[in-house]
Amino acid sequence: MLSLLILIPLAFLLLMNFLTLKGRRMAFAVVMALSFFQIYAVFCPTIMANRPLHGLASVFDFTLAVDGLSRIMLLCIAIVIFIALLVAAPFVKEEDKRFYFAGLMILELMGLNGVVMVRDIFSMYVFWEVAAAASFILIALQKKRDPLEGAFKYLIFSSVATVFVLSAIAIILLISGDTSFAAIREALRVSPHSFLITLAVGIFLAGLFMKAGVMPFHGYLPDAYASAPAPVSILLAGVVTKTLGVYTAMRIVIDLFGFSASLQSILLCIGLISAIFGALAAMGQKDLKRLLAYSSISQVGYIFLGFGCGTPLGIAAAIFHIFNHTVFKSLLFVNAAAVEDRTGSLDMSRMSGLASRMPVTGTTSVLASLSASGVPPLAGFWSKLFIVLALWQCGHYGVAATAVMASLLTLAYMLLFQRSVFFGTLEKGLEGVVEAGFGLTLPAIILAVLIVGIGLFFPYIVHTVIFPVVSY
Amino acid sequence: MLALNIDIVVLFLMALSALWTVMTRSLLRSAIGLALTSAMLTILMFRLHAPLAAVFELSVCSGLISVVFIATISLTQPMSQEKVLQHMKDRLERFWYLPILLILTGIVLSFLNLKFNLILPAPEIEKDPRIVLWNQRPLDLLGQIIMLLTGAFGIVILFREAKKK
Repeated sequence: MLSLLILIPLAFLLLMNFLTLKGRRMAFAVVMALSFFQIYAVFCPTIMANRPLHGLASVFDFTLAVDGLSRIMLLCIAIVIFIALLVAAPFVKEEDKRFYFAGLMILELMGLNGVVMVRDIFSMYVFWEVAAAASFILIALQKKRDPLEGAFKYLIFSSVATVFVLSAIAIILLISGDTSFAAIREALRVSPHSFLITLAVGIFLAGLFMKAGVMPFHGYLPDAYASAPAPVSILLAGVVTKTLGVYTAMRIVIDLFGFSASLQSILLCIGLISAIFGALAAMGQKDLKRLLAYSSISQVGYIFLGFGCGTPLGIAAAIFHIFNHTVFKSLLFVNAAAVEDRTGSLDMSRMSGLASRMPVTGTTSVLASLSASGVPPLAGFWSKLFIVLALWQCGHYGVAATAVMASLLTLAYMLLFQRSVFFGTLEKGLEGVVEAGFGLTLPAIILAVLIVGIGLFFPYIVHTVIFPVVSY
Repeated sequence: MLALNIDIVVLFLMALSALWTVMTRSLLRSAIGLALTSAMLTILMFRLHAPLAAVFELSVCSGLISVVFIATISLTQPMSQEKVLQHMKDRLERFWYLPILLILTGIVLSFLNLKFNLILPAPEIEKDPRIVLWNQRPLDLLGQIIMLLTGAFGIVILFREAKKK
């Protein structure tokens, strides 16, 4: 039944191409319905149970599986695609472009779902490429100079990451004789410390770090995020880099390679560098989307800090922070889209006092900024607290203290952003600005409610959703 | 011994054509170099008992992709003679170290005498490609169909507007 999460979008994509021009206007609604179906599927035990199919349907019985981590990722993917489509309306205006945008979103959905559900390292690579190719086309959608440059950089970095990952897969195939997770796990259990395995782990992780955009592999990320159309930035920051880089790294470490002292050190080191330098780089930005891009690098660093602990608490904290980051970063990009839509600019030095003209955008952006900075009782506070506790529990006291410092840096650049854009006296020339339309305020309100709701109902969520994920 | 020598000669020719692909001054020659590299790889794959992979490499990488590259290059405007010379100089300055790096890597690897305990997959010749594609790896096949659709969407989006302009 898990195949439905790939086959239904594929069927709709094919059917959409046979629609008349009038029918094609429904493309956005179709993709929104698909993301709603995915949210339903995540909570539907019948679909998630993945019972074998019989008769003619057995043709579509692919080797897919989900666990708690996959379910959280599937939920993130569905939420972000729904939000990105809501935001897309003011930014993708031409009729035919809207249709192709919706088609690419379905392709992205299938690629990401495939990455999350497969249990074969080569199949994972195939779906990885589907998602990367769809992202590249989405960034270049506007065909202007900056988006094309961003897309080109993304393509080059993505290709290098692909070479790394494919080489690692080839080495793993030579070691295990198969590409399924079960066979690889068995082969690694027999000879866990050979030179070839170390080499495979090293280059696999290097490729995944590039995809995740962590420092020092982040060269493409600010350009790609800043130059892409607003809904694509939401998609990239919300789920694409998280799924292709962070989730894949977590999956292969948990399911295949396992935690070793050296691997944990690498993860902690990369996490720490990204958390600190991402935050420092964010402080120097004038372009709002570039600031958010560097902020993403910093937050992904946090995720790797939690994951690098290798303990159930650390892994749970990392997964929780993935979800929280998806929500608050998507909201901040929605806010950036609203500001860009109303002022025509993302240059923070040329705007101030917008909160009085855009109260919904201003209020929701404050909530997102505080959640990103780890201010209680918002969602981001709890996941950051768990990460720091996990680090402390493992005896990494210095790293834990530095993580707290990075959080203070986050608060500093988020306050600078709030002061520059939303507070103070209204900048001359912005008197005529009014609140963004329904398409931009509705997703902002939905995401803000999620941030506050998760923060307030944290004890329930952590015991029913987050901790069961690591009870394997 | 003779078989090993043939493999080494083909490998050497492959490295040589790959170097030529990167260092040559003309895009057209680069495309031809890429096709040659692919052709050498095809011979190696065939000799390593992977005829199916060899056929795919020859038809797609050496054939189809080269045709697409050459067709695209033929649509571009050729550079002036001065620009060609400057471009050639730039290429040589940028990539002069590649042949040296390649030779040094070869020397180091031949002295290291690396031996790994590898599980070599069964020769492809014993496998029925229909069973491999449809029964053993249907998910990859589905992924490739989705990949082709993504490519088709990309081409429509990127080329349709160019035509309008």
